[in-house]
Amino acid sequence: MTINRREFLKVSAAGAAAVGVGSLAGCTGTKGSGNVVIIGGGYGGATAAKYIRMWSEGGINVTLIERNTNFVSCPMSNLVLAGERKIEEITVSYDGLRKHGVRVIQGEVTAIDPDKRTVKLATGDAIAYDRLVVSPGIDFMFDSVPGLTAELSETKIFHAWKAGPQTIGLRKQLESMRDGGTYALCIPKAPFRCPPGPYERASVIAHYLKTHKPKSKVLVLDANDDIQSKKGLFMAAWKDLYSGIIEYRPKHEISSLDAGSMTVKFEFGDAVKADVLNIVPAQTAGMIAHKAGLVNVNKRWCGVDWRSTQSQVNDTIHVLGDATQSAPGMPKSGHMTTQHAKIAAAAIVNLMSGQQLPEPMHIANTCYSYVDNKQAVHVAAVYAYDTEKKTYIGVKGASGVSTARNEIEGKYAWAWAKNVWADALL
Amino acid sequence: MTRTSVMVAVALIGLGGSAFANDANYGRNMASACSSCHGTNGKSVGGMEALNGYSKDKMVKAVQDFRSGAKPATVMHQLGKGYTDAQIEAIATFYAAQK
Ligand code: HEC
Repeated sequence: MTINRREFLKVSAAGAAAVGVGSLAGCTGTKGSGNVVIIGGGYGGATAAKYIRMWSEGGINVTLIERNTNFVSCPMSNLVLAGERKIEEITVSYDGLRKHGVRVIQGEVTAIDPDKRTVKLATGDAIAYDRLVVSPGIDFMFDSVPGLTAELSETKIFHAWKAGPQTIGLRKQLESMRDGGTYALCIPKAPFRCPPGPYERASVIAHYLKTHKPKSKVLVLDANDDIQSKKGLFMAAWKDLYSGIIEYRPKHEISSLDAGSMTVKFEFGDAVKADVLNIVPAQTAGMIAHKAGLVNVNKRWCGVDWRSTQSQVNDTIHVLGDATQSAPGMPKSGHMTTQHAKIAAAAIVNLMSGQQLPEPMHIANTCYSYVDNKQAVHVAAVYAYDTEKKTYIGVKGASGVSTARNEIEGKYAWAWAKNVWADALL
Repeated sequence: MTRTSVMVAVALIGLGGSAFANDANYGRNMASACSSCHGTNGKSVGGMEALNGYSKDKMVKAVQDFRSGAKPATVMHQLGKGYTDAQIEAIATFYAAQK
């Protein structure tokens, strides 16, 4: 992919001038101008790209830089592991964003220069921005599991906590596992991406094994004290559908891994030897956020102003999604990330047309989880911005889970996915 | 909806409306949270009800009925409780204007 650097810088200078004029004139009618660069084309980056183009009515130039060729969804990827869906069904091209006028570049960002307002690519090219959106997702803290390395996690002990080759790798291992084998899933201490994700994964893989290799076992080894989301619903499903297959062991923090013998040891409790070992390591904001000095909370997450998602470190940079230090009770979820993106898009369009920040909007989260091939459960909540606490707070009474697992929500879960993908990418 | 409850709703909307009057995009922005499920600008791609061109009064009433339980729901009874009638009115005004 070649980028004409001069062209970008030229456009950028013109954009900056236009913004200046707009704000001097106190102009409120304009829909914005200038250049936004977005790092990361996941739920956050893609949604932000589309909404900035849409809400600025094409006034703002948007460049999206993403390392992968296509968007592959983490939500629904457990269904691929279970053999219920193909990877193609959870993959969406970036062509839809191109139709919105987004310049999509496949590439790797190696550095951000906040003073010059440029983003550097692995190719050596630099791209200038007036505002930057950093939506890098998570990276893994491999040293949190002694014995695990990045290389092992790409060849033998998959996390499958980012969808794509990881998903395919783990699916192949499950397919070739013998009947009577043990699949072990190791869950890190919270906070991690997608709180109900591990328990959904255990459920749908148990469904696959029950149907195809009924002598097999699913061992859930959780570093946390308890199931992190929709506990009652998962426990009911495991008791009713998978007794003798799923075994849940809380308070199991890994102390060491021996990849040769496929054995994990824990601070407390018996060591486990597995046929398929699926270790999800602890997580932190994507590496580029660290490199750019945007990680200012617990050395792990990026603090932002939730009225705009502007970084607490640099107000020309917005950070979205799982990389952020969540407001209290806000899960790291794909759905939530799309909401961050809409806060960002509304704020950016206003700021780039010389207007004040928008009136804070409410945001909503819903996470559907399948418990078998047809039935799903959900958790949902609405959050409102609290001007005194300067953060989003769950609206009282506006949250809850399904009363029981059901097939209607199995259908809604897939409809949610199709609609949220279209909302972000088409 | 009875005549008095319509009047009460209108009164509430009037009060709430003024709080958002300084932001012309309030309805659009608030509605974008619904669009994750119901489609961009309410244009569902399937499996969820489309909300573009949805009658404003019908939407306010639907959400009230979700909240009260009069209209059965899997999720809308929970989400609906996150918004006042005035806020739903702002959202509904936006969706009603979408083609
Ligand atoms: C998590 C996905 C989701 C989100 C977010 C969501 N809805 Fe819904 N909506 C549904 C589902 C599912 C139904 C069907 C009723 C049910 O099962 O709850 C529905 C039904 C409705 C209906 C009734 C349609 C009809 O004619 O029967 C209206 C109106 C509606 N929603 C409005 C909204 C508004 C307004 C918002 C934003 C404040 C919103 N929805 C956000 C999933 C969602």
